[in-house]
Amino acid sequence: MIELTDLRKTFGTVKAVDGVSFTARDGEITGLLGPNGAGKTTTLRMLYTLMKPETGRISVDGVDIARDPDSARRKLGVLPDARGLYKRLTARENVEYFGRLHGLDEATLKQRTDALIASLGIEDIANRRTEGFSNGQRVKTAIARALVHDPRNVLLDEPTNGLDVMATRALRKFMLQLRAEGRCVLFSSHIMQEVAALCDRIVVIAKGRVVAQGTADELRALTGETNLEDAFVKVIGSEEGLSL
Amino acid sequence: MSPWRIVFLKEVRENMRDKRTMFSTFVLGTLLGPVLFAGLIALIISITLERGEKPLELPIVGAEHAPNLVAWLNNRGVKIEDAPADPEAAIRKREKDVVLRIPAEYAQQWREGRAATVELIVDRSQQKAEQTVGRAERLLAEYSGQTASLRLMVRGVSPEVVQPVLIADVDQSTPQSRGGMLLSMLPYLLILTVFAGGNYLATDATAGERERQSLEPLLINPVSRGQIMGGKLIATFAFAVVSLAISLVAFSLTAKLVPVEKIGMVVKMGPVECALLFLVVAPLGLIGAGLLTSVSAFAKGFREAQTYNTLLIILPAIPSMLMALNPVKPADWMYAVPLLSHQLLIEQTVRGEALVAWQVAASIGATLAIGIVIALIAARLYHREHLAISA
Repeated sequence: MIELTDLRKTFGTVKAVDGVSFTARDGEITGLLGPNGAGKTTTLRMLYTLMKPETGRISVDGVDIARDPDSARRKLGVLPDARGLYKRLTARENVEYFGRLHGLDEATLKQRTDALIASLGIEDIANRRTEGFSNGQRVKTAIARALVHDPRNVLLDEPTNGLDVMATRALRKFMLQLRAEGRCVLFSSHIMQEVAALCDRIVVIAKGRVVAQGTADELRALTGETNLEDAFVKVIGSEEGLSL
Repeated sequence: MSPWRIVFLKEVRENMRDKRTMFSTFVLGTLLGPVLFAGLIALIISITLERGEKPLELPIVGAEHAPNLVAWLNNRGVKIEDAPADPEAAIRKREKDVVLRIPAEYAQQWREGRAATVELIVDRSQQKAEQTVGRAERLLAEYSGQTASLRLMVRGVSPEVVQPVLIADVDQSTPQSRGGMLLSMLPYLLILTVFAGGNYLATDATAGERERQSLEPLLINPVSRGQIMGGKLIATFAFAVVSLAISLVAFSLTAKLVPVEKIGMVVKMGPVECALLFLVVAPLGLIGAGLLTSVSAFAKGFREAQTYNTLLIILPAIPSMLMALNPVKPADWMYAVPLLSHQLLIEQTVRGEALVAWQVAASIGATLAIGIVIALIAARLYHREHLAISA
């Protein structure tokens, strides 16, 4: 479970994140929906300890990340916006590198890596160097790398960015599987359909603030719109930066 | 396994798979120095031998005005040549190194016992002609001196009257120390090697990772940034030190190939000297790795890091270049100053002088201490929030 309370972050005079609070629960997929530049990536970066919030508190499974960042990092599996692989290492070696940094012993590491490679369906490329991988292959490898330590909480920053239909479908299936395993899944997106189709709860963010949150039904009720798409546009205040 | 070792092993493995890096670091980077060095020394040797052994060729204008002088020069083994039509032009065009002109008044002045003027037409900006000009000048001065002595003796005066001071040249240089003069380039090349050896890896492991967007995921691992930086720094240091070792072996082999003994010099670069040089220079690799990593963490992008690091490699060589041009007298404190102490210790080693234990210890200790301080600065730079953000 992930709880964010009143996060703020400014860059110069720009208030990138301006008082964001929400909770992502175990066994649920929580979607962070917002136009480009709304503050999604900055919010997630504070959550995965890469940036320090100016104010506010973040806890992961009850652990305050400001007080014990390493323990919080162990509980998080993160696919950041930046998902570069080491092109002279194979997919498997990329995954193993992060597993070792998480302190996994060799037996656990092998078992986890094999399991992830199987469930992501990348057996055919596992022992190839990642140079020349397609976008989909790269994202899958990056996800395997992010989840090698079997985290309870999974953060995915715009995971379907740049993927084709097949890869997107495979990824969505994988996220549902993560939910079925009882994990807390939090992902960001600017694609309304995706969020609507996958998420148990939706947090709508615009200009650094949470403008609405709840289930799809709650959002529809809140705005008085029967169409979820219209509901999003209404809470955000414009269609700018959103995709269907 | 501690995190820094995991990072270290991954950096080494990844870079070993890059044939271009391996070639430029361990072949091009390490062999260029020795080959250049051997070539240059061979050139110097051949020039010295050629100049010293060949008879002086001296074109003379107006040889008929001073038959005695010409005959004397001839006796001294000088090859008298016909003068070019326009001696000044021949010198300017570098066709001749030196031309002697004997004016028509020479004979008259000589007979009257006045100073008879001869002209040496030379171009002082021509380094290549320096030795030939010097030989011609010395011969003429000798002729002048002999004639003066004869004239004094004819008048019953001892020639010693006009030579109150006699200079006796007592050369204290040994063959080794003369070899060391040629070898003053060596510190420069070795210091360059130890910095250049880590350059590619350091730039790639920090600025390159950021550019390729893999630094952000890496830093999310539950490992302190100091450990991650440490692994990369030690990998950089390892590459630098291996470069140095290869380069020393290559220097040692080329030193054997170049016939320095032909000009009476000895260059000591056997296994013992190489081991000593390695011991002395390797600690500099830590300073190099720290600086390269700091710059890579500080620079905004890969290109910027590459540019700064290329400049950075040349910087530490500047003191040793200055020292090669303008040698200083060694003082005790210098052995506690990195670069300066390396210059002195490297020169002493290849000259075959015994190294003093405390001087070596001071150099290594001071270099390691400063290297650790720089590594801590690199670790601080790694903690900047800004570092991890790729875009």
